[in-house]
Amino acid sequence: MSTYLKITDLHKTFYPHGQPLKVLDGINLEVEKGEIFGIIGFSGAGKSTLARCINRLETSDSGSIELGGTDILKLSKKELLKERHRIGMIFQNFNLFDSMTVYQNIAYPLEVSGFPKSKIKERVQETAELVGLTEKLKAHPGALSGGQKQRVGIARAIVTNPDFIISDEATSALDPQTTMQILDLLKEINAKSGITILMITHELDAIRYICNRMAVLEEGKITESGLVRDIFENPNSKTGELFARVFKLLQNVELTHGSGI
Amino acid sequence: MSLLDSSLWDVIVASFSPEIWKDLLGPIGETLYMTSISSLITLVLGLIIGILLTISNPDGLVPLKVSYTVSGWVINALRSLPQMIMIILMIPVARLIFGKSYGTNACIIAIAASCIPMYARIVESSLLEIEKGKIEAAKAIGSTNISIIFRILLPETLPSLIRGFTVSVITVLSMTALAGMFGAGGIGDIAVRYGYQRFQHDRLFACVYILIILVQLIQGIGNLVSKQILKTRNLV
Repeated sequence: MSTYLKITDLHKTFYPHGQPLKVLDGINLEVEKGEIFGIIGFSGAGKSTLARCINRLETSDSGSIELGGTDILKLSKKELLKERHRIGMIFQNFNLFDSMTVYQNIAYPLEVSGFPKSKIKERVQETAELVGLTEKLKAHPGALSGGQKQRVGIARAIVTNPDFIISDEATSALDPQTTMQILDLLKEINAKSGITILMITHELDAIRYICNRMAVLEEGKITESGLVRDIFENPNSKTGELFARVFKLLQNVELTHGSGI
Repeated sequence: MSLLDSSLWDVIVASFSPEIWKDLLGPIGETLYMTSISSLITLVLGLIIGILLTISNPDGLVPLKVSYTVSGWVINALRSLPQMIMIILMIPVARLIFGKSYGTNACIIAIAASCIPMYARIVESSLLEIEKGKIEAAKAIGSTNISIIFRILLPETLPSLIRGFTVSVITVLSMTALAGMFGAGGIGDIAVRYGYQRFQHDRLFACVYILIILVQLIQGIGNLVSKQILKTRNLV
């Protein structure tokens, strides 16, 4: 295993209403190649900002982000566009293009990344099959359910064969059953292609279900990181402890009622 | 026939007489010509300026604060001119371009000058309506700004752009009637010359019918097209 993503001393301060707000306060993080790494935190902890700094949707103030040996923050604009073809991103609100059909949504990243035109159709069909959307290629996103929409989102993120996926609360808008299906899909994609996935979420179960290692983000700092099991069993941070307590509580509910995911 | 010496009913009946409508055919053609040419110019230039405004917005794709502020100021200044004053202001410009300051083509310049800034603002507000997440997704995919504008921004907001354009075409139409007072011909010219100056209210009424039908038609087509697009996208 080698390190794929390495974030060193990353800082980001916002100025809402002129007052400084440290959203990322010296983040250090290492994600191994091919793993599914979870980042958990409450809303406002800086999770999304961290995710968005990695593909530079957000500018960071200082620090460095190395992705597969490339220093993301030093790329020129042109190089950044190219690099983004190698980073897939999945969103909580799917962010699909309503004016396009499912097929066109999945084909779009190929078209902008200069994929050979003659091979686009084949690649789209291949990807659609992987995510289970073969029947829906001609539909518009407006006609799909939440789970199907996220499948399009995932297809769009992996169609260019990227090395890395950022999942920013990808299952937070879905019901528990659909969440499981989407997590299974991510797991399957990871197992098949060895793609590295960074899962940003506030959902304990999602992390427990598909992540091996995780980090806890608290007020812009990584307060602990390590194996998921260790953190749930022996939390050292405020957030980790709270999540572990909620987790135990849920487990008890599950034991007594036999429900929940 | 005038309301001064005939009953309202008689004037209404007279307003449907064939001879009145025969005289109106030419002016209807002029109005349609003025409206369509002016609308086309408004559409093209309004779209371009609206797109430039949107992307130069401080939160836009290519933030250009100074240019955004200055162009915003210019547009507001142009929009604060009443249509009639714009027509008068454009007389020398029309003379420069067409060699005469009256006539249908001369008035198209004034109409476009007045409606372009309005449609540019409508385009801007339509484009700003797009969910920011879609732009983010397009950026994350690695799209260039050109593909974001032409493949995401414009298609995603198309129904709203069409509704905005419908409003503009109706404004253009109403302005052609006003331009009729300044030698542009068209239905406005008939309404002023016969209805106002000669008290031939039957002719005035006929002009009113035409304008009502035209506005209904334009609005109806606009609504239909934009709704059809939303339907195709399963958004209604």
